[in-house]
Amino acid sequence: MATTQHTLVAIVEDKPGVLNRMASLFRRRGFNIESIAVGHSEVPHLSRVTIVVNGSNAMVEQVRKQLDKLIDVVRVSDITANDITVRELALIKVKAVSATRSEIIEIADIFRANIVDVASDSLTIEITGDENKIESMLKLLKGFGIREIARTGRIAMVRGNLANVPGETPTRNRARK
Amino acid sequence: MKKTGAQIVCECMINEGVDVMFGFPGGVLLPFYDTLPEYPQIRHILVRHEQGAAHAADGYARATGRVGICMATSGPGATNLVTGIANAYLDSVPIIALTGQVARPFIGKDAFQEIDISGITLPITKHSYVAMDAASLPKIMKEAFYIAQTGRPGPVLIDLPKDVLQESAEFTYPEKVNLPGYKIPTRGHPTQLKNAARLISEAQKPVIIAGRGVVISQAGEELKEFAETCQMPVITTLLGIGSFPESHVLSYGMAGMHGSGYANRALTDTDLVVAVGMRFDDRITGEIKGFAPNAKIVHIDLDPAEIGKNVAVNVPIVGDVKAVLQALLKMVEPKDHIDWIHQLEEWRKAHPMTDIRDGAELLPQYIISQIYEATEGDSIVVTGVGQHQMWTAQHYTFNRPGDFISSGGLGTMGFGLPASMGAKVGHPEKMVWCIDGDGSLQMTIQELATLVQDNIAVKIAVLNNGYLGMVRQWQDLFYEKRYVATPLSCPNFVKVAEAYCISALTVKTREEVMPAIQQAMAHDGPFLINFLVEPEENVYPMVPPGATVAEFIEQPKKEVSSWQRRSTPL
Repeated sequence: MATTQHTLVAIVEDKPGVLNRMASLFRRRGFNIESIAVGHSEVPHLSRVTIVVNGSNAMVEQVRKQLDKLIDVVRVSDITANDITVRELALIKVKAVSATRSEIIEIADIFRANIVDVASDSLTIEITGDENKIESMLKLLKGFGIREIARTGRIAMVRGNLANVPGETPTRNRARK
Repeated sequence: MKKTGAQIVCECMINEGVDVMFGFPGGVLLPFYDTLPEYPQIRHILVRHEQGAAHAADGYARATGRVGICMATSGPGATNLVTGIANAYLDSVPIIALTGQVARPFIGKDAFQEIDISGITLPITKHSYVAMDAASLPKIMKEAFYIAQTGRPGPVLIDLPKDVLQESAEFTYPEKVNLPGYKIPTRGHPTQLKNAARLISEAQKPVIIAGRGVVISQAGEELKEFAETCQMPVITTLLGIGSFPESHVLSYGMAGMHGSGYANRALTDTDLVVAVGMRFDDRITGEIKGFAPNAKIVHIDLDPAEIGKNVAVNVPIVGDVKAVLQALLKMVEPKDHIDWIHQLEEWRKAHPMTDIRDGAELLPQYIISQIYEATEGDSIVVTGVGQHQMWTAQHYTFNRPGDFISSGGLGTMGFGLPASMGAKVGHPEKMVWCIDGDGSLQMTIQELATLVQDNIAVKIAVLNNGYLGMVRQWQDLFYEKRYVATPLSCPNFVKVAEAYCISALTVKTREEVMPAIQQAMAHDGPFLINFLVEPEENVYPMVPPGATVAEFIEQPKKEVSSWQRRSTPL
């Protein structure tokens, strides 16, 4: 079966062990999580988790259903097929001597990245964009010597008026008796 | 009103109608056990090993439909529950496991008898909690009971640190739960119901496969009406046994690895499978490519994750089995499938299941048929795992949901004795037989002491063949009879039983079988019969691993008669 990259968005209760439970489901099926990003959502006590994984449609759908069964997972969607905005943030510490500093700053400008720290022989650049953009900039910076990279992993949102995850409104209580 | 954590746990259990629990104390549980006598409504049954507590809670839950409670102390007590929790998880049984934990200041310090039991059981529980303060206990307990028994049932674990049991908090039992992430589908989607009704009306050779979901949903009546209305033959999974009366004219027994030849033939030829509350386990589908190759599949299950997991389905219906069958009954027209039923009857004649060959040997199949005769089917029958389990499934006629209790998904040897104990405690008025193997029984044989201490009158039939029989059968058929690590030296089970003060006798011939069974049934209290059965008898029919269900092997017509007992009971 063809393996493709999937972006899953989960709204989960902000409780200990939630990530453990979710990660455990991926581990059992031998998925390598490409990236996972967790943060607060628009609702108090609910977190938003964006997971990027590679797998066949059927396997990812099975994991999605299993995730949905977790009590602490309020809902989870595979938004891969949707029109989505994806972003990632990276901090890149690159070696910079006086001879190369201006060239690096120029590259950062082209990518609309920010210089967030300047030290005697390095610059730290903050860049936001999709993975391709970050990869492109990394390629250009490689020649200068990259000291350290920190990336957040992908966060994603469906374009348009739809709130949050397709077919759902964020505050609707789905527990039915 | 202020109460201690231990009192709150008890109060919550009483609010949920708990009247019995199976447990084993330990250091961190002392505050709980010290409190327990304040609540005489809760009967505590002391097991001899925590695995027994988990299986007993499981057997209790399956027999009664209520939540079974087991308790174990921190560390080794908790880890001993793991097999039982996994067993309940795979067979969707509502149990609550209460585990002691070291006091909060010691958590994470590798303290004496500290283990991360909620972490260990993460993949085998429906949900779990670590109660970090007494004030949260009422909410946790309420949710735990709700989660364990609603939707697709399953085990819930609550870890209770010692000082949480000791600290005081305000107690009011919540009336409602608020679980936004917990979804219970109820009735099926109307469009899919319509599609299903259409397929059912078009089908010429339909079958129903009924699973444990029918038992859980208490949809036996609806299933019967549905099968009769549409004149559809009913096949069950192992855990679906009893969901449809096996003496019914439309019953074709169990299919799959040790299912009847006619059920497996029916599955191969059918043009429509209506799968009700079952999950297409590999033991029933055989090689998946050859499973119902010409059939459309309607899959009714409460759990959306089961739909499309193992087989592609034409019509998925996510909903409670009972509600879905009720809805379907309003949509389907009465039909007859005389030609198809005739065909099935031909196969029933060609591949009979109840044929027990004549002769002097003491055949396990014969013993089971005699237990059925003696009880007239009015008994709960609990099994361990192995050949005896399959023979029981094949040769006892189960007519009521819940009468057959067995470990299906996990296949846990040692399940029989403690689970039968739980079943008997849940239904003291009913006859409970534990049909076990000599291998399986020895895994949890210590619970004989529990039967005695709490006067639990289980009747135990040990089909003693001196082998780990099912594994030996595979070695016989697929490993050229190299019997490695399967000959089993057994203790004298009669002496063992007597040492526990349980009456027992050994049976060696067919003539002794019925009188022994009757003696056991007439006896007031637990009773053990040690049946020295034909050592190398195999379970047939059998679908070899990797084969399709159509490729079942039948009992060879001429069995070699020079059996030799490899290991003689002492």
